[in-house]
Amino acid sequence: MSDTAIDPRMSGRAAPKRPLRLSWSDPRFRAIVWQLVILGIVGVIAWYLAYNTHKNLEVRRIATGFGFLDRVAGLPIGEAPIYYNPAESTYGRALLVGVLNTLKVSVVGIVLATILGTLIGIGRLSKNWLMAKLTAFYVETIRDLPLLLQLLFWYTILQGLPPPKTATDIGGVAFLSNRGLKLPMLEWETAHTAALTAFAAGLVGTWWWNRRARLAQEATGERPAVWPVACGLLLALPLGVWLVLGAPFHWEIPVLRGFNFQGGGNISPEYFALLLGLVTYTAGYIAEIVRSGIQAVHLGQWEAAGALGLKRGAILRHIVLPQALRVIIPPMTSQYLNLTKNSSLAVAIGYQELVSIANTTLNQTGQAIEGIAVIMAVYLTISLSISLFMNWYNAHIALVER
Amino acid sequence: MRRLIRATTHLACALLGLGAAALSEAQAQGSGSATMDAARARGQLLCGMAGNVPGFSLPDSQGVMRGLDADTCRAVTAAVLGDAAKVKLVPTTTQNRFTALQSGEVDMLSRSTTWTLGREGNLGLMFAWVNYYDGTGFLVKKSAGVKAAKEMDGATICVQPGTSTELAVADFFRLNNIKFTPILIQDLSEIQGAFLSGRCDAYSTDASALATFRFSQGPKAADLILLPDIISKEPLGVMVRKGDDKWFDVVRWTFGAMITAEEKGIDSKNVDTFLTSKDPEIRRLLGLEGDLGKALGLDPKFAYNVIKQVGNLAEVWDRNITPMGVPRGINNLWTKGGLQYAPPMR
Repeated sequence: MSDTAIDPRMSGRAAPKRPLRLSWSDPRFRAIVWQLVILGIVGVIAWYLAYNTHKNLEVRRIATGFGFLDRVAGLPIGEAPIYYNPAESTYGRALLVGVLNTLKVSVVGIVLATILGTLIGIGRLSKNWLMAKLTAFYVETIRDLPLLLQLLFWYTILQGLPPPKTATDIGGVAFLSNRGLKLPMLEWETAHTAALTAFAAGLVGTWWWNRRARLAQEATGERPAVWPVACGLLLALPLGVWLVLGAPFHWEIPVLRGFNFQGGGNISPEYFALLLGLVTYTAGYIAEIVRSGIQAVHLGQWEAAGALGLKRGAILRHIVLPQALRVIIPPMTSQYLNLTKNSSLAVAIGYQELVSIANTTLNQTGQAIEGIAVIMAVYLTISLSISLFMNWYNAHIALVER
Repeated sequence: MRRLIRATTHLACALLGLGAAALSEAQAQGSGSATMDAARARGQLLCGMAGNVPGFSLPDSQGVMRGLDADTCRAVTAAVLGDAAKVKLVPTTTQNRFTALQSGEVDMLSRSTTWTLGREGNLGLMFAWVNYYDGTGFLVKKSAGVKAAKEMDGATICVQPGTSTELAVADFFRLNNIKFTPILIQDLSEIQGAFLSGRCDAYSTDASALATFRFSQGPKAADLILLPDIISKEPLGVMVRKGDDKWFDVVRWTFGAMITAEEKGIDSKNVDTFLTSKDPEIRRLLGLEGDLGKALGLDPKFAYNVIKQVGNLAEVWDRNITPMGVPRGINNLWTKGGLQYAPPMR
C-alpha cells in the first residue's frame, strides 16, 4: 500500500546530502545550535531545582529518602480491598491500599459514566421533545456546578439515611443505613475459584471458535453458528465444574451487632457519594462528546441506510455509531483521565484513596517531597495506561484508508 | 528619549546598589535571628494557626481572631515588634501546617500541635513551649448509651487525618483488642457535620477541642457526652524551625514572661503600678534593670509589652478557655498543682 504511494521514477533518487557546515548561514547548523541551547537551559533549570531542594532540606535538617515505606504505618484506614492492619502494615502497604481504592472508584466510574453519558447523549438527539429537553437540562445543570459542591451535596444526602438500628431492610438480607449499603456476601470456596477458572477458559475457547467461524465465513460464505458453543463454554462448563465440586453455596448475611452490622460486604456512603458524583458529572461531558460524534456523521449516511430499509435503532448501531466512534474516542480519553484525577477530591468527603492516604503519610512522616512524588508517579502510571489503551483502541477502529 | 532611558537605568542601578548596601548593613547589625530580622523588616509577624477551633482560634462577631493560639501569636508579636496588632494570623490545616512552617510561609506555628518525638526528629522543627496540656478524648451522643471508651467495639469514629489523634485512637483500639472503622475527613466542619448527622458513633480529637465544640452547640450540648477516658498525652505546643536558636529563645521566653507575670500577680491592668516596684525580679522582668531583653535581641521592655497588650498566662486562659466551661486543671501554675513552670528570668 505504502510502496505504491511513491513515484517509481523517484525511487533510488534521494535528495543529495549536503555536508554540515559550521556556519550560521547553514539552517541545519542553526537548528542544532538552538536545540542545544534550549536543552541546556532546561537541564540547568532541572539541576538548579534538584540542587536547591537538596540544599534546603539539608539546611532545615529534614530527613529524606523512601525508607519510611518500610515503617509500620499505624494509621487507620476505613475500607481496604486487601488485608490492612494499622498495627503491622507498613506505609508502603497503606499507599498500595490507596492506589487500589483509587482504581476501584476510577474503573467502576469510567464504565458507568460511559454508559450513562452515551445514553444521555443519544437522548439529547431524540425526536421525543420531553426526552431531548430533559437530557439537555441535565447536561447544562451538571456541567455548570463545581464537582466538589456536587460531591458534598451527595455526601450530605447520604448522611441523611437512618442509623444502623433503624436501617432500611431490603428483603432481610441487605440493609441500607448511614453506615452504607450492607450486602450479603458469598462465602468463597475452592469450587468458586475453579468455576471462575473454567469461565476464563470458556472465554478463550469462545474467542477461538468465533475466529474459526469468521475464517470459515470468509472461505466458504457460510458462517457456523457461534452461540451454541458460546453458551456451552461460558455457562454450562463453569456450572458443571461447580456442580461436580459439590455445589457449595452459602451467603454471609450482615447482622446488626453493637454499633454496626457485622459480616457481609459493604458499600460505604463515602465511596458511593464519590462514585455518584464522578459518574453524573463526567456523564454530562461524555453526553456532549457522544452527541457531537453522532452529529459529525454525515446526514447522507442516515438517509442511505434508511433507503436500504434499516430501522432507526439499527442505523444507529451499525452505521452511525461505528463512524461516530472515530470522533468520540480522542476526547473521551481526556474525560477518562479527568475522572481518574478528580477522584482525588475524595479528601473532602473522607473516602480514603491515594491522595488522602499519601497526605496523611507525608504528614505523619514529614516526607512531603517523597509523598508527592509517589502521588505523581501513580497518577502518571494510571493516566499513561489509560492513554495507551485508548490510543490502541483508536488505532484499532480508525478508518482503514486504502 | 534614549538619553532619558539611559539615565533612568543608571538611577535604578544606583538605587539597587544603595539598597543592597543598606540591606547588608542591616544584616550586619541584625539580631542574629534571620526569622526575627525578616519579621522586623516586614513589620509583621506571620503566625500559623487553625482559625476554626473555638477557644483556640476563631473569629468573633467583629471578625477578630480570638483564642489561646491567637493570643500566643499576639504575645510573641508584642515581644518582637512592640505591638501585638502587627501580627498576621495565617490559617493552616492539619495537613499543611508543617510544610507552611518549614518553607518559611509562617514564622511560627501555634496550632494545637502535639509535641512528639517523631515530629521534632523528622520535620526539622522544634517545640518552644507547651501552651495547653491536653489528651485525646471521645465525644458521643447520649442516645448511644456509651459510658466508657472500651465499650465502643465496632464503632465508627470520626477523626481528622494527619493528626496525632489518628494514631492515638488506632493505638487505643489495638491495645484493648477491639475494632473500629475510621472516617477521616480533612475539613473540620465536614467532620463535625458527619458526627452530628450520625455517620460516626464518636468524634475523637483533643479533649479541649471536644469540650469547646460541645459548648458551641448551645442548647444541644446536653445531648453530647464527653467520655471520661483520656487515652493519650497531647501537649499542644508552639513550633519554630530548627537552625534559628535565637528565635527559639524569643518564643520560649515570651512564655517565661507570661508565667512569671502570673506568679508575681502582674496583669495587663495593673502592670503600670509595678513600674515603681522594689522587687528585683519584677524590675528585671519589666526591663527596669539588667539587660534580659538585649540578651534576646529584643527591646528591654518586651515583657512589659507582652503583659500590657496580651496579659499574663491566667488572663489568656480566662479570656479564651474559661468561657467554654473547661477547668484549668493541669494547665495551672506549678504552685497551684499544674505543670506551667518557668525557669528564673535573670
